[in-house]
Amino acid sequence: MAALFAASELLGRAEIVDRSYLPPASSVVTRAIELAGDTLFLQYLADTMTAWAVGLGLAIAVAVPLGLLLGSVPAVNAATRAIVEFLRPIPSVALIPLAGLLLGSGTEMKVALIVYASTWPILFNTMYGLAEVDPAGKDTLRVFGFGRLEILLRVSLPSAAPFIATGIRLAAAIALILAVGTEIISGFGEGLGIFIAQAYSVPDGARDVLAGTVWAGTLGLVIDAALGGAQRRMFHWHHARQGGTT
Amino acid sequence: MLEIQNLTHTYADGHTAIKDINLTVQDGQLVSIVGPSGCGKSTLLRCIAGLIRPAEGRIVLDGTPADGVPDNLAVVFQDYSRSLFPWLTVRDNVALPLKQRGMSKAQRREAAMEALESVGLADAGSKYPWQLSGGMQQRVSIARALAYRPSLLLMDEPFGSLDAQTREDLEDLTLKVRGDGGMTILLVTHDIDESVYVGDRVVVLGASPGHVRADLTVDLPEPRDQISTRELPEFVRLRAEVGRLVRGAGETAEQAATAAT
Repeated sequence: MAALFAASELLGRAEIVDRSYLPPASSVVTRAIELAGDTLFLQYLADTMTAWAVGLGLAIAVAVPLGLLLGSVPAVNAATRAIVEFLRPIPSVALIPLAGLLLGSGTEMKVALIVYASTWPILFNTMYGLAEVDPAGKDTLRVFGFGRLEILLRVSLPSAAPFIATGIRLAAAIALILAVGTEIISGFGEGLGIFIAQAYSVPDGARDVLAGTVWAGTLGLVIDAALGGAQRRMFHWHHARQGGTT
Repeated sequence: MLEIQNLTHTYADGHTAIKDINLTVQDGQLVSIVGPSGCGKSTLLRCIAGLIRPAEGRIVLDGTPADGVPDNLAVVFQDYSRSLFPWLTVRDNVALPLKQRGMSKAQRREAAMEALESVGLADAGSKYPWQLSGGMQQRVSIARALAYRPSLLLMDEPFGSLDAQTREDLEDLTLKVRGDGGMTILLVTHDIDESVYVGDRVVVLGASPGHVRADLTVDLPEPRDQISTRELPEFVRLRAEVGRLVRGAGETAEQAATAAT
């Protein structure tokens, strides 16, 4: 990281490469910090983050119940497998033009694509988590007279929760890729991706392109670290158990 | 009163685990069930618990044939670490089944703390199960069963994976529960001494397929004591008899297996 920073700084300052192609790292970082005070940029950032949050939230709301249904009722799983296997391999980025045609280039389109792409890891991790639930725990509640739905909610869901959380963390990263990527490709509207795409099309825009990229990368890191921290706090029992501290 | 009538179970693969088991247990009795491995002890217990629907025969509880999991049943499983929920505190683990009793949150907590106190874990309520030793975790399982106030308590090799000292402590805890009365207890074990020490009766199962080989009454003075009870001539005689029966049952199984091949 430091080496890359130094290399770009040297190449830029020594004018070995054209400054308009590769500005020195320090000027990119300065610009990135400057942008924190730019209201238009902050508005763009808020737009991207809104689409990200709404999309991820909807994906969780769709994928977790769906995963519980598919993971606990084998008949439904068998009946829907063909649809799932058909949809899953479609790269979500390839759907951007289609979604643009159907939904325009606004927030709806971004959100729709984010939901589509980030549903999969949550769905599959929920199903995988359910398959891993220890039958001993389910038997325990059964003998105390609990019904199937109660066992699903009181044993299977909490047991699978650490897996679901990992799925959400993966989905959060995918959702950010889709949010920024959709904006860059569609090229209209508001958002961090639009900022990068517009800077790319003007002369001398390289500094802004890179500063926008620094923001996108930082967002990704911050989101992942925050979710990772939350995961460790919420599922301390899972880690303690796996670490064998009993 | 628990009546097990003509209980037979054959698994999907054609293996008959238990055949024609008849057993009547009076209220408040503690019946130990011993037998060699493969005698269908666990199948029998799972049938009584309603976790397996037997191929033939039925379970009658207080005159009513049970369909599925009987009411007022609690089970203490051998594998405490898998049957306690790691995301709940010890107190919440004990309180959870009480939801089925229609108790309020405050009542559930109170009953849980009371049960934990009775097994000597009054201070562990806010800990998590995985922070406790194996013996303490099994105490939590027992407390959970007791808090539920079952009329029938099934214990499936509950002390099998514990060290000798802890095992003795928990045997005495089981005797205390028995002494409090009101609960019919079936304790499956592979430990012959244990079966005699805690039981009012010892039922010995034979293998291939599992059947009742002998039903012995344990007539030992109360209260029982780990040292003095175990040195009584009657205890020594009983444990030898049960031992011979279990071993004999195992040999029959081996002979049957040899004959079959």
